[in-house]
Amino acid sequence: AESGPSGARQRLAITVTGVVQGVGFRPFIHTLALRFGLSGSVKNHSGEVRIQVQGEPTMLTGFLDGLRSQAPGLSSIDRLDWTEIPVRPETGFAILPSDEEGTAGQIFVSPDLATCPACRRELFDPSDRRYRYAFLNCTDCGPRLTIIRRAPYDRGNTTMAGFEMCDCCRAEYSDPANRRFHAQPVACPECGPQLTLLDDQGVALDSSDPIDAFVDKLRCGGIGALKGLGGYHLVAAATNAMAIDRLRQRKQRDEKPFAVMVRDAAVAAAYCHLSSAERERLVCRQRPIVLLTARSEGLGVRAPRPISDLVAPDNPNLGVMLPYTPLHELLFQAWGDEPLVMTSGNRSDEPIAFEDADAIDRLRGIADLFLVHNRPIRVRCDDSVTRVVGDSERPVRRSRGYAPLPITLPFDCPVPMLAVGGQLKNVFALARGDKAFLSHHIGDLDHLEAYRAFVSDVRLYEQLFDIKPNLIAHDLHPDYQSTIYAEQRHRDEAMRLLPVQHHHAHLASCLAEHGLVGNAIGVVFDGSGYGMDGSVWGGEFLVGGYATADRVAFLRPVRLPGGDRAAREPWRMALSYLHDAGCQSEWWVTEHLARFHPTPGDESLRLTRQMIQRGLNSPWTSSAGRLFDAVAALLGIRQTISFEGQAAMQLEALAWQCSSDRSYSSGTISNASLGSKHAMSGREPPVSESAERWSPGSCPEVIDTRPLIRAVVADIRRGTPAVTVARQFHNTLAIMISDKCAEIARCVELDRVVLSGGVFMNALLSQLVEEKLISKNLRVYQHHRVPANDGGLALGQVAVAAHRLLDS
Amino acid sequence: LGHGSGGRLSADLVGRVFLPEFGNEVLSALEDAATLTIDPRGEATRDQANRIAFTTDSFVVKPLFFPGGDIGKLAVHGTVNDLAVSGAQPLYLSAAFILEEGFQIDPLRRIVRSMRQACAAAGVALVTGDTKVVDRGKGDQIFITTTGIGVHRVDRDLSIHNARPGDAVIVSGTIGDHGITIMSTREGIEFETALESDTAPLNGLVEAMLEACPTIRAMRDPTRGGVSSTLNELAVASHVGIVLDEASLPVKPAVHSACEMLGLDPLYVANEGKLIAVVPGDRAEPLVEVMRRHPLGRDAAVIGRVVSEHPAMVVLRNAIGGQRVVSLLAGEQLPRIC
Ligand SMILES: [Fe+3]
Ligand SMILES: [Mg+2]
Ligand SMILES: [Zn+2]
Ligand SMILES: [Zn+2]
Repeated sequence: AESGPSGARQRLAITVTGVVQGVGFRPFIHTLALRFGLSGSVKNHSGEVRIQVQGEPTMLTGFLDGLRSQAPGLSSIDRLDWTEIPVRPETGFAILPSDEEGTAGQIFVSPDLATCPACRRELFDPSDRRYRYAFLNCTDCGPRLTIIRRAPYDRGNTTMAGFEMCDCCRAEYSDPANRRFHAQPVACPECGPQLTLLDDQGVALDSSDPIDAFVDKLRCGGIGALKGLGGYHLVAAATNAMAIDRLRQRKQRDEKPFAVMVRDAAVAAAYCHLSSAERERLVCRQRPIVLLTARSEGLGVRAPRPISDLVAPDNPNLGVMLPYTPLHELLFQAWGDEPLVMTSGNRSDEPIAFEDADAIDRLRGIADLFLVHNRPIRVRCDDSVTRVVGDSERPVRRSRGYAPLPITLPFDCPVPMLAVGGQLKNVFALARGDKAFLSHHIGDLDHLEAYRAFVSDVRLYEQLFDIKPNLIAHDLHPDYQSTIYAEQRHRDEAMRLLPVQHHHAHLASCLAEHGLVGNAIGVVFDGSGYGMDGSVWGGEFLVGGYATADRVAFLRPVRLPGGDRAAREPWRMALSYLHDAGCQSEWWVTEHLARFHPTPGDESLRLTRQMIQRGLNSPWTSSAGRLFDAVAALLGIRQTISFEGQAAMQLEALAWQCSSDRSYSSGTISNASLGSKHAMSGREPPVSESAERWSPGSCPEVIDTRPLIRAVVADIRRGTPAVTVARQFHNTLAIMISDKCAEIARCVELDRVVLSGGVFMNALLSQLVEEKLISKNLRVYQHHRVPANDGGLALGQVAVAAHRLLDS
Repeated sequence: LGHGSGGRLSADLVGRVFLPEFGNEVLSALEDAATLTIDPRGEATRDQANRIAFTTDSFVVKPLFFPGGDIGKLAVHGTVNDLAVSGAQPLYLSAAFILEEGFQIDPLRRIVRSMRQACAAAGVALVTGDTKVVDRGKGDQIFITTTGIGVHRVDRDLSIHNARPGDAVIVSGTIGDHGITIMSTREGIEFETALESDTAPLNGLVEAMLEACPTIRAMRDPTRGGVSSTLNELAVASHVGIVLDEASLPVKPAVHSACEMLGLDPLYVANEGKLIAVVPGDRAEPLVEVMRRHPLGRDAAVIGRVVSEHPAMVVLRNAIGGQRVVSLLAGEQLPRIC
């Protein structure tokens, strides 16, 4: 195209970084440049997009504005730099081939995203050549992380490598103006992956319409195994109690809630209360499981058939998600409006199956029918889980749809580093510059399969993002499998190790996701973490920032009788707290414990009391999570649990049912006693002195929980309803936390409070604490991008390690 | 503190402090007993009669007396067993005693008598010794160090470096008896069913095993740190994976329920009269038959197999096929649930 007089023309060299490759960015630039009558070129270069455009200044300004404001939905521009370069004789705009040289720049890999509206229209358009094709996608949607084998993100490096494009698909792939231009997983019924139906033994069935046959089986109460995006799901009709019961038995999962998938937000709203913020999370392109409050009656406009109580027993919440692949869309087209249980394809709490042979092996005996396909999954990626509290999002699990998008840090890492995360709910992170790439959910590293995924996916991420870490940050716990891995790489590859205390990492994680610098007060309440003094921490008030943090106060330590076993058996914690508070326990045993099955026998009770008294395999713990467990057990809600956090979740659910704002007298708990290491003999709770001190000369404060326990006990014995006790317990803790923060804030002249740790997954507690802190003119920061639980640990480890390094 | 628990911290201490100073070919193999070839003229020889096994061990235990044994018995059995599992026939022992001033003569007599009986039962002679007394408060009643010499009658290369994929892992009997007994006795905790330490000399059983199965690749006695530590060392040294079958682990019901109660995993609890053997897979069942005929091998069982996958890792496979990593702990079992 001819431009105006050459004197008026300018030429810009533009570099764009962020999620800009494999997301339809170059066709977008191409179209935009033509719209403004500009000549030039665009190309991918080491993870960046490089553009040269030439034309009149007003047109160039318009182009730059459009670049920012109209970029494709899947892209995310992290930085945009431009310089003026000499004008050259030129006509037309070209998309140039990628540079294959070194990959020094920031490379971003897009997460897997839900079917876009354009693809969805094609899916249900009988005249389209991809009508009812379960694997259609475009540059704006479809699989990414789950199919990538290595960088660069090219078809040959994905699990689509084995599918040769047909002429039609290749034409779309090669046309800069097409929305499938360089969409690596592009496919159609002619050339792409296909569905297959397998019987309960994994033998292929002849079926003209596998989806219909699958749905027929579900209608008869059958259990289906569905190969999805990041793994296998087990599917059953959520309204069919017999089907769900059978699923629980076969899967050996007693009570842990199952997630459901529904056709659209309207169906979700028929079964659950749905705020606009919740609706927004439900329909967003990441398509997480959103924890919603189930309607107690069929209040919905469609008066739906109720969901079986067995889907989420004793749980007021329901995890709901919408279809996120074309296959899901087709499934619901055939199935209809009722919810389907869509739970991870595994037995018990094993990692979700994702490799075909393994999946069929493991799910045989659970599933009556398998609906599978021949596009391999490279990265096992669990569904993400999120919750909305007030108007803000509280991630529970950050995985599919989010990973591996980086979190931008408020600082630069001095060296490339790896943070290996925790033991359970493991997520690792690779960091370079101001970016931390948090992995998908790896899971519990106890499981060999999860550990293997951890080892292989750490290497995959290192290759994908071209980060060669020379430092590994890990938890202080010597026996986390992630720590053992870090030590091994330290030995094998001479990488530097940097241990980070668990609760310090939680604090730093919340600071980092908010982009904060400087110090804050951190309330870190969780189940347990290895403390600086070798004892088990978990109810901590810290003051500090990334490089260091001081332990200024903590919950009075009690015995953890039987270590991890006490976390699975809350009755042990009840005994421990009763013993600590000097309360009788016989009444509780007869009135509450004895009602439960299986009841710990007299022998168990006697032995547990002895263990508590003598400290036999009963380490001291300041755990806040175990305090919740103890109160739940005292109330007779739960004596043993079958999944993590179950007792505390039920306690929270009860508390929501009471609106009282009464608390146990504020003196009961905020009246802290000063801890002194000198007063503590070997059989007394340890108080860290040398490791992390508040200020020179002063020991951390011990927050006495005994008056609270005594008040709870008195209330229970008085016959106060459990909902009231549960509520007052929450209220009291919230007052204790906010009072303590206010006191610390005055001492250290800080007005920022960060709440972290798994206990703050408790929406009621976090809401109450936040309100009270705000009323005391303190600023509150809670997790909204990474989970408050150990899923967010790696981010904190990155932040702490980077600053330790900068300081040294 | 944790450096004595037989876990990663102990290995770390040895690797960082002792090996750099003392390191030589024999020591660095980190076998339970050193195998030496000694020729009176100082000349190299392949004469079997000159191949000896040599080991030493110190014993500190609280309480000194416990159901099934005492510190004296432990001191004899510990050294006898280290020699035995190296494939040697134990012959001679030395004993050194460090006594705290004020330690009574009666318990000392009981301990010494018990050692004499243990030596007689194991067919070894205690041929040299030493006694030192330290000031009150500078020791804990009594510490015993024993050193033993045995002879390799036949040329066998038993080593933790020898395990190969396809091999089977055998344990000679129930696990966890000793550690749980000591712990409950020390803390005065009584279980419904009485527990007893398994301390015993294994040389008789080993002899029978070597005779029946000349191709045994490795043997170890899983003392401190339990079966898990021993198998982890084996997996690392041989660069192989080990898969244990949970259902096949022999654990006494009383020990099992005590472990449930205490929140301990029997795989990490100490034994004093058990051995682990690695043998070619097809030799496992016949060998177990032989072992079961010996009083100390009555509960012998194949508990797992050696695999090429996940080298250097030990994994426990449960009834539904789930596989958990059995890691080498740094020290004590610490809570990990957050
Ligand atoms: Fe935590
Ligand atoms: Mg020894
Ligand atoms: Zn699309
Ligand atoms: Zn095609």
